[in-house]
Amino acid sequence: MADKAKQLPKDAFEPLSDGAHLDNEKIAAPSLTFVKDSWRRLKKNKAAMISLYILIFLFVVSFGSALIPAFSSISTHPNLNNLPPRIPGIDIPGFNGTLVQGGARVNAYTGAAANHYFWLGSDYLGRDLFARTLFGTRISLLIAVVATFFDLTIGVAYGIISGWIGGKVDTFMQRVIEILLSIPNLVVMILLLLVLKPGIPAIIIAIAFTSWINMARLVRAQTLELKSQEFVLAARSLGESSFKIAFKHLLPNLTSVIIINTMFTIPSAIFFEAFLSFIGIGVPAPAASLGTLISNGQKSFQFLPYQMWVPAIVLSLLMIAFNILGDGLRDAFDPKSRE
Amino acid sequence: MLDKDAPKILEVKNLKQYFNVGRKDEVRAVDDITFNVHEGETFGLVGESGSGKTTTGRAISHLYEPTGGEIIFEGKDVSKLKTKKDEKEFRSDIQTIFQDPYASLNPRMKVKDIIAEGIDINHLAKDKADRDAQVEELLETVGLNKEHANRYPHEFSGGQRQRIGIARALAVKPKFIIADEPISALDVSIQAQVVNLLKDLQKKRKLTYLFIAHDLSMVKYISDRIGVMHYGRMLEIADADELYAHPLHDYTRSLLSAVPVPDPEFERQREIVDYDASVESDGKQRKLVEIAPNHYVRAADDEIQMYKDRLNS
Repeated sequence: MADKAKQLPKDAFEPLSDGAHLDNEKIAAPSLTFVKDSWRRLKKNKAAMISLYILIFLFVVSFGSALIPAFSSISTHPNLNNLPPRIPGIDIPGFNGTLVQGGARVNAYTGAAANHYFWLGSDYLGRDLFARTLFGTRISLLIAVVATFFDLTIGVAYGIISGWIGGKVDTFMQRVIEILLSIPNLVVMILLLLVLKPGIPAIIIAIAFTSWINMARLVRAQTLELKSQEFVLAARSLGESSFKIAFKHLLPNLTSVIIINTMFTIPSAIFFEAFLSFIGIGVPAPAASLGTLISNGQKSFQFLPYQMWVPAIVLSLLMIAFNILGDGLRDAFDPKSRE
Repeated sequence: MLDKDAPKILEVKNLKQYFNVGRKDEVRAVDDITFNVHEGETFGLVGESGSGKTTTGRAISHLYEPTGGEIIFEGKDVSKLKTKKDEKEFRSDIQTIFQDPYASLNPRMKVKDIIAEGIDINHLAKDKADRDAQVEELLETVGLNKEHANRYPHEFSGGQRQRIGIARALAVKPKFIIADEPISALDVSIQAQVVNLLKDLQKKRKLTYLFIAHDLSMVKYISDRIGVMHYGRMLEIADADELYAHPLHDYTRSLLSAVPVPDPEFERQREIVDYDASVESDGKQRKLVEIAPNHYVRAADDEIQMYKDRLNS
């Protein structure tokens, strides 16, 4: 073999033209930004996409219903109380206005109620449960937005500052967090009720107190890791200011942690509100919250089960959807799951 | 190749870099080292892992505040830069090429913005078009396609990424580049590519390098002078050829005896010289002594003669 190679004439080889090597460096694959790439991966996750659609649907319906004035969640009709669900044109037990009474199914829509349709039934004061559930969903989603807001502002800023400055400042800030964390949420809420009336503002303040702590801790841990990465050192050795490093280098690399953690803060905040309303120190009557609806429905669960089923299902749906979407986002943002 | 009378661009005097000072876990990463780098030369820094090479590099580029000693760059003490302007000037004069091409580029930034970071900080571009033009020129300088500017780092191979890192360092037109093991994370075929690129750039742009590595054959190929470090101390400094021909310190000899040679005959008869590091901590006062012209060895007073004999034997 070696001998043969030697016999090749000199002109058997041609030198490459100048710049030909540059072609070797071409990348044919289309350029994907981080967001596009993550979105592509999220779309492949069916459960997460369904959750996303459910959440969008709940958002649109619950906030859209606020625009219809006739659709009142608080107007009472004492003569139309405790009616089971009845939807026009549907004759399925449970949705056709019948109730099981004394072992037999009877039509509850008699007398004054004969011409009324409560899609999801009415409660003990004759209020439309459908409207009330939507109102409660609206409050839950509002709480979700509020919790996200505090996560993104206080939580992220606290974490980045604590991690980036480090040293004594970090130690001090972490001790403060631990002290805040050691006070149960419920105690904070009850103390707040000494100064404030029960209601949304009090709940928001209670959430502002503690909901961002987990975010701050995660962001701090991630910042500590990023801080010693070489690209941050490179930025420092170029003379970049700390403020710009935080915005150009830290924040973009923290996005996945931030988004994922937000998705897990939201359900716990929603549940916190529902819990407070359930035990009676949350949203005051006559306004509805999923918690108060469940609390009311639970009292007559054995006779009028639909009064608890409806808000309970919506609450579970909300929490499951946020959790599954959070899971999906975590996978989508994790570059290691790139196939 | 090297102009012996070239002015000193960098003087490191008794540099000490300790961490966790005064605590139980105090680490003396760099312990009293002194060396000079002349303009236009490549100074190689070798030593095993944890010997303080990288720390030395980072202390020079002022990423750490030195515990003691002085670092004088172009006549100015690095840790006493007063004005913002001086600081900025220094930052653009000294640049670092990092070890890990996967960690040294921000995964969320486009190549264009990574390279232009230094341009932005120092306002070196007149407008956006000028900035793009400079980035494209830099990409071509390091042998990359200018269409790469709009891509993200994860789309590149290790060698390409390292070249992006080099382009970023070159963007601010530095005089002095600290190459912190720029090739140890690359495979062998790409190593040559990057090292040759560094050599070309040195010629074209009159750069001075501090080349940190533990691959001795590569260091010999690129360096004019070499310093050997161990336990945060400088043990031997000499011209590259001199160091390889006449290693004086036991540690240098041990290091060199471990360099693989692509020759099975030789490899079969390889003699590994063991090094007993306890000699260093026997309490004797040692400092760098010039045994031969430009050949320094860390020695105690009573060892000087021994090293001189070694050189002549």
